[in-house]
Amino acid sequence: MADTLRPNPIRFLGAKLLNGLVYAGGMTLLFLAAARWLLRGLFSRKVKLGREALAIQMVRVGVRSLGVVMLVQAFIGVILALQMTPPLADFGQEPQVARIIGAAGFRMLGPIITAVVLSGFAGASIAAELGTMVVAEEIEAMEAMALNPVRFLVVPRVFASMIMMVMLTVIGDWMIALGGWATARAVLGPATYAGYWDRMQEQLTYGDFATGLIQAAVFGILISLIACYEGLHVRGGAEGVGRATTQTVVYSIVAIVSAAAVFTAIFFVYEI
Amino acid sequence: MTKTHDNPTQAAGAGIDGARPAVIRVRDLVKRFPGRPTPVLDGVNLDVRSGETMVIMGGSGCGKSTLLRCMIGSHTPEEGCIEMFGHNLAELGEEQLDEVRKRFGILFQSGALFNSMTVGENVALPLVEHTDLDRDTIDIMVKIKLELVSLRAAEHRMPAEISGGMKKRAGLARAIALDPEVLFYDEPSAGLDPVTSAEIDQLIIDLSKKMGVTSVVVTHEMDSAFRIADRMCMLDEGRVLKVGPREEFERMRDGAPTGDKTNDLIRQFLRGDSEGPITQRRIDGEFAEDILSTGQ
Repeated sequence: MADTLRPNPIRFLGAKLLNGLVYAGGMTLLFLAAARWLLRGLFSRKVKLGREALAIQMVRVGVRSLGVVMLVQAFIGVILALQMTPPLADFGQEPQVARIIGAAGFRMLGPIITAVVLSGFAGASIAAELGTMVVAEEIEAMEAMALNPVRFLVVPRVFASMIMMVMLTVIGDWMIALGGWATARAVLGPATYAGYWDRMQEQLTYGDFATGLIQAAVFGILISLIACYEGLHVRGGAEGVGRATTQTVVYSIVAIVSAAAVFTAIFFVYEI
Repeated sequence: MTKTHDNPTQAAGAGIDGARPAVIRVRDLVKRFPGRPTPVLDGVNLDVRSGETMVIMGGSGCGKSTLLRCMIGSHTPEEGCIEMFGHNLAELGEEQLDEVRKRFGILFQSGALFNSMTVGENVALPLVEHTDLDRDTIDIMVKIKLELVSLRAAEHRMPAEISGGMKKRAGLARAIALDPEVLFYDEPSAGLDPVTSAEIDQLIIDLSKKMGVTSVVVTHEMDSAFRIADRMCMLDEGRVLKVGPREEFERMRDGAPTGDKTNDLIRQFLRGDSEGPITQRRIDGEFAEDILSTGQ
């Protein structure tokens, strides 16, 4: 009996793997349920998706995050400009900083940084809200009233996060570019800022812009799904709500970076 | 929708004792939770008859709230079945279960109002979601329901701005929004002062009379239970100890100990005595477990 209680790395890894599979399975089922309700809402008159609820979530997820996203992305542009100019200057290539900021910002940093900000801002808030609803028996009341929590709570949040993530990324991309330009103009000198926008335009294709936005949409879905899943699975009162909030941010960042790695690999292989 | 009995009278088993037909039939219900060695509900049988107020009572952890959650379809039992309006809940799909759910209302212990909505919006929600009524008609319906629970003045207030008693009344207004045939109450008087508690009890009685609804009330507040009950059910350790008319329980409460363990256990619970079979069992059980676990 005592042997079975000793720490065993294989048992530990096995338990972690099982937990991971259960989590992935739960997330998949939640995604499928949300997709099913969304399709039913779009094509059936009987199912009301709630435009008002969607608008509220879009304001909450997007509009309230806008200032933070703009500020953070502008600083990313500042950092990129300041970090990349010295090594480029060694080869007399300071003007190319605009190309690097454009490529890195629009293809990857724009969506990733926006998603990280959104996971801390909107993801944590969604998990805390739904978790509190679970604790206060609101979800159970909803089910008892024949209102499906996935349709009523998850679908508007996932849909709003997806749309607003794309919109915020568009703004974030331009804030990175603008931050880089402002830094070049104020600190780095004419060698960097002269022809800044022209070189960025030369570097960027519609494909760069589109791949960034596709990633943004996927990140938005991931963040909101994780937040909803964590929130709806809260156990143990206020402590459980706190745990769900923390886990939402941690799992979201892991999911965002993992998805970004997969996207990068795909784009690399297919030369997109 | 699967119907286990085409005839509700047959479903209720009416005619056997001349009683009204049963709206809810619980048969051999067993419910277990992971990590708990013993079942929370262990072979529960219970009929709730049309139009009556059935009070389910018992000590903390006896399984009464779990029984209520099984009845509303929140928990799925491992064994046995629950029939409501002649339908076996276990055999219903999601949409069919939702159709049954539209025929009952529930008042949760905390009121369970949606905090992001006003009291009026909370009451309107089932009407907005489940009916094709226009906005003006829904507004009138909301006012009527709030008037029934004496809460019209709070229509535009947020749940965070009203007292615990008002939250329960608002929850009740929402529960009756769709004119349900059955109303479930989970600890309706818990955490309320005696006057507010009596007001809630009176509301339950009034709604039962005015709307003719069948009520199932889970409580361990004995004053409240005796005020509202037509029949009572005593649960203990997941089993039904006794089901009967309120008067029978009143006689047990007011009578002397008989030496019969079940009778004396119910009597102690009804009277709220600090000594008796319940206390003795608790002391004996915990002491023995404590000693055994220390010795290991």
